[in-house]
Amino acid sequence: MQGETTYIDVDAIKPVSPQLSAQLGELLEKVAEHKGCGTSGGSGKASCGSSDGPEDMDPEVWEKVKNHPCYSEEAHHHYARMHVAVAPACNIQCNYCNRKYDCANESRPGVVSEKLTPEQAAKKVLAVASTIPQMTVLGIAGPGDPLANPEKTFKTFELIAKTAPDIKLCLSTNGLMLPDHIDAIAGFNVDHVTITINMVDPEVGQHIYPWIYYKNKRWTGIDAARILHERQMQGLEMLTERKILCKVNSVMIPGINDKHLVEVNRAVKSRGAFLHNIMPLISAPEHGTVFGLNGQRGPTAQELKALQDSCEGEMNMMRHCRQCRADAVGLLGEDRSAEFTTEKIDAMEVVYDAETRKAYQETVEQERQATVAAKNAEKEQLAQLADAEGISMLIAVATKGHGKVNEHFGHATEFQIYEATAKGAKFVGHRRVDLYCQGGYGEEDALPTVIRAINDCHAVFVAKIGGCPKDDLKKAGIDPVDKYANAFIEQSAISYFMDYVAKVKSGEIVHRVRGDADIRQGAFIAAAA
Amino acid sequence: MAYKIIGSQCTGCSACEPECPNVAIYEKNGVFLINPKKCTECIGHFDEAQCAAVCPVDLTCIIDNAVPRYQPTA
Ligand code: SF4
Ligand code: SF4
Ligand code: SF4
Repeated sequence: MQGETTYIDVDAIKPVSPQLSAQLGELLEKVAEHKGCGTSGGSGKASCGSSDGPEDMDPEVWEKVKNHPCYSEEAHHHYARMHVAVAPACNIQCNYCNRKYDCANESRPGVVSEKLTPEQAAKKVLAVASTIPQMTVLGIAGPGDPLANPEKTFKTFELIAKTAPDIKLCLSTNGLMLPDHIDAIAGFNVDHVTITINMVDPEVGQHIYPWIYYKNKRWTGIDAARILHERQMQGLEMLTERKILCKVNSVMIPGINDKHLVEVNRAVKSRGAFLHNIMPLISAPEHGTVFGLNGQRGPTAQELKALQDSCEGEMNMMRHCRQCRADAVGLLGEDRSAEFTTEKIDAMEVVYDAETRKAYQETVEQERQATVAAKNAEKEQLAQLADAEGISMLIAVATKGHGKVNEHFGHATEFQIYEATAKGAKFVGHRRVDLYCQGGYGEEDALPTVIRAINDCHAVFVAKIGGCPKDDLKKAGIDPVDKYANAFIEQSAISYFMDYVAKVKSGEIVHRVRGDADIRQGAFIAAAA
Repeated sequence: MAYKIIGSQCTGCSACEPECPNVAIYEKNGVFLINPKKCTECIGHFDEAQCAAVCPVDLTCIIDNAVPRYQPTA
């Protein structure tokens, strides 16, 4: 019944030796024991994504990730990141990327409207850090490849390390030049590196990468994929040796690498990657990418979740990645970059106020402790959930952050998705419902889009909702719930789930499995705010 | 005696600029240009024209037929 049939069984994907599958079973059991948010939460335990809390994590590692919105699912409710677009050049070609495409409303990774010099970037970082005290992380992710622009990338790091030393630096690369720059990366105390690894088999890789530029030569076909693969693995191993945390991003491309990503997951885990983030392919003909033009589709929400679930037994999965654009500013899921254009920054008097930032971050710390306390309360609730065995549901949540149900239905640009089962409630993903850059969608068209995006959910939690959308949601079989306004998400989800289970048991309602949902293609428009 | 960049296709990504062994590539108004007096078509340096090898837009760095092909002196 619920969901199970759609989950990909790891063994079904690839025949494995009995020995390996026994190991896998053991691993899965272990994970099941300590997964499930709140069920075994220690202080600051993240609910999922990088779900391992301090008790099973090297304290040194936890210190590095706990305030990083991209590495800790829990931190992404509280801390913000920014990307600066100082790296326009790239050294490989991906079939999901079109370097010519640049739309102010587009937010696929790699797309950016304003290129900055390192000096402009450093000033922008200071301006943002002074305005948004929860900004703790600066990333360079493009729009090309940071390591294809080493001078600009490292100059930016150097300037920021000098003026704002409390900001963590990170870098996102295709890995081709990573081995050559590893010492510079270590030298600037970059403590997080993301490598995009879409394959560990050149046979698969040749369908994703038409060419690479390496050692003064353009390589194509299987040779290109082989070189890229070898360099990526070497780079990952070198990061691990130097104790620099490495996250691996993979783009799930149905029919090309979807099944193969289970192997990628094993390969990167065995080389010490800390987190694996499987993202859906974003592909539409108007992007002008090879995949967009040849009709390659992206995965559905259920396909993505099934793959993430099947890899979760093996290592930390990250499900809160928003595939931000290369100049994103703000909390994940929001983009305030329009407030910080070069023009506006030039006009700003920037004073870097380390004290205010510290005070703010202490407040956040207290808030996080409160969330943890709420989680312990959850444990009590969970004991009563024993008879929920076999029932599960997804709940869409409108939130502005801080781990609470605190956004109006109509203002939400995305919904966070929580899965409630007998083991508790956990964050399993997010769905964008913002409108396309082509504009065109009027109010009346927006609702069906939202419903399609959360069609696999039983309920949607909101701070407030109008009468009309309420009725339409009910018609679509999604329960609009506003009674948890400003309550903690996971607690609310469990309490809703308990009521639901009780009703099912008493025969008042019949449990049904919901269908699949769409993954939004295209733009992540800055919230109207 | 040179390559040229089709300005209308150039994304301004700057990938070609540092690869040129003769420092023949420069930026103007957001797109990149090749100084034909400096370009040697990479002859004597590499087997392929570096700008064309790294450029993400096909057929954007191409031989400029308006000038004679480069003749290595040696
Ligand atoms: S693209 Fe992914 S990794 Fe980068 S900031 Fe956004 S969420 Fe984090
Ligand atoms: S062909 Fe070679 S020498 Fe000429 S501009 Fe391109 S990179 Fe420079
Ligand atoms: S590599 Fe191509 S697109 Fe990029 S700047 Fe040079 S000519 Fe323009």
